[in-house]
Amino acid sequence: MARLKFLCDADRCIECNACVTACKNENEVPWGINRRRVVTINDGKPGERSISMACMHCTDAPCKAVCPVDCFYNTADGIVLHSKDLCIGCGYCFYACPFGAPQYPRVGNFGSRGKMDKCTYCAGGPEPDLTAAEYQKYGANRIAEGKLPLCAEMCSTKSLLAGDGEIIAAIYKERVLKRGYGSGAWGWKTAYRETIDV
Amino acid sequence: MTRTGHDRRWSARGIAAALTMLLALLLALPAATGSAFAQVNPTTEAVREEQLMQALDRVTGRVSIPDRKAATLIQVEGQEWRAYHERTLAWIGGIAILGMLAVLAVFFLVRGRIRTEAGPSGRTIVRFRWFERFVHWLTASCFVILALSGLNVAFGKSLLLPLIGPEAFSTFSMAAKYAHNYLSFPFTLGLVLMFFIWALRNIPSRVDVTWFAQGGGIVGKAHPPAGKFNAGQKMLFWLVILVGAAIAVSGYILLFPFYGTTIAGMQTAQVVHGLLGVLLTAVILGHIYIGTLGMEGAFDAMGNGEVDLNWARQHHSLWVAEEERKATADGKHGVPPTAVPAE
Repeated sequence: MARLKFLCDADRCIECNACVTACKNENEVPWGINRRRVVTINDGKPGERSISMACMHCTDAPCKAVCPVDCFYNTADGIVLHSKDLCIGCGYCFYACPFGAPQYPRVGNFGSRGKMDKCTYCAGGPEPDLTAAEYQKYGANRIAEGKLPLCAEMCSTKSLLAGDGEIIAAIYKERVLKRGYGSGAWGWKTAYRETIDV
Repeated sequence: MTRTGHDRRWSARGIAAALTMLLALLLALPAATGSAFAQVNPTTEAVREEQLMQALDRVTGRVSIPDRKAATLIQVEGQEWRAYHERTLAWIGGIAILGMLAVLAVFFLVRGRIRTEAGPSGRTIVRFRWFERFVHWLTASCFVILALSGLNVAFGKSLLLPLIGPEAFSTFSMAAKYAHNYLSFPFTLGLVLMFFIWALRNIPSRVDVTWFAQGGGIVGKAHPPAGKFNAGQKMLFWLVILVGAAIAVSGYILLFPFYGTTIAGMQTAQVVHGLLGVLLTAVILGHIYIGTLGMEGAFDAMGNGEVDLNWARQHHSLWVAEEERKATADGKHGVPPTAVPAE
């Protein structure tokens, strides 16, 4: 069984934000929520790099560990999903997440933030695959259709890679060896407790 | 035409010159490779995650979306907060609450119920007026619900979830969350009112030293003198006021996400809130014990507000003396003075 991961090759990312837009469109993400975002480090300075970041679908995910109602689960491919029916919108996953992935549809106080929303790796939710109920709550289920997340699939420079961890790590390694440099697999150490040694 | 001819001739010369230069460059290239590429090497100055993590424990950049919070790429403190919430707090809370229940059980078995030694006198004295009792029960009822719903957040998924299943547990937890959020307001109001009605009576005095020296009468058979509140009650009062205030403030920080706080601020607030919450719950368990099961006649003080005179003499001798002085001075018989025999 594959272990699906994301890898952003920051040396290729051109900060076009197409992954962000594609994600919002494909999943009909509510206003104010960005399941994926592009962060530019050292903006305007030498060595500037942009990284496209979303839920990394961590191994031993912190959100899953701290959830007081245990609404998270892992798919067979290691994707971290959650049930919006069980979520109570407490915000704990958001405190624990290293990548700022969990977000809430409303900015209200008094715990009225609504059900948490995050990247699903385009794998929907606990509802039956490809149903209207699933789409309405979680967005597309491209995995059920045999496709990869749209953000990675349409990345114009193939900076953002999605797929089995070992395969995308091998692709990245090959790139680094060929071009002679690489700024690292961002977030991998935090999310998967491993890094890609080249 | 001539111009074109001229250009052509010029071009031909130019091409020849360019070719010569290119040839020279190609010949010189192997020697120059190292330095020429070092100048444009994109890795030399590229940011690397490891360096940023070592320096700051978080990686922050710039985003082009309006949500400024999204600019934090990686924050590792979440892992520490997770370890605290899942392990440290669970242990501290478990030990504090179960430990307190165990201590109370042992105390009850050893000491039994603390009786009024002189027996009931049949005469009562007003200990708490209706407003004081109202404030007490306002705070107390809120606290019980706040504590239970708080404990549900920390322990519910391991204790209650397996019993009632995920759907029922989620529905319950959602209701508990709203109760927790909204009851914080009357609870805080109760704290403020308690401070105003009882703070003066709870200022530590010299009598308290004796009370502590004699073990408060909890250990041993002594009945140290005490005013309206003994030293133990004063300690409880200030614990409730100060810890309660800290819990309220940290709670409101969590209730208003990102109002003057960052994610690190909210993690800290949660640590304070959870830790003080379980500790105060353990303390209040002791308070509930001594006010009900642990001591005969104690519940009346907050029940109907009137306590038996013998009970009052045994536990709050100085206060009874003070009330009697007041009563004789006023010439009223609202509080039965000792000099006057019962009708």
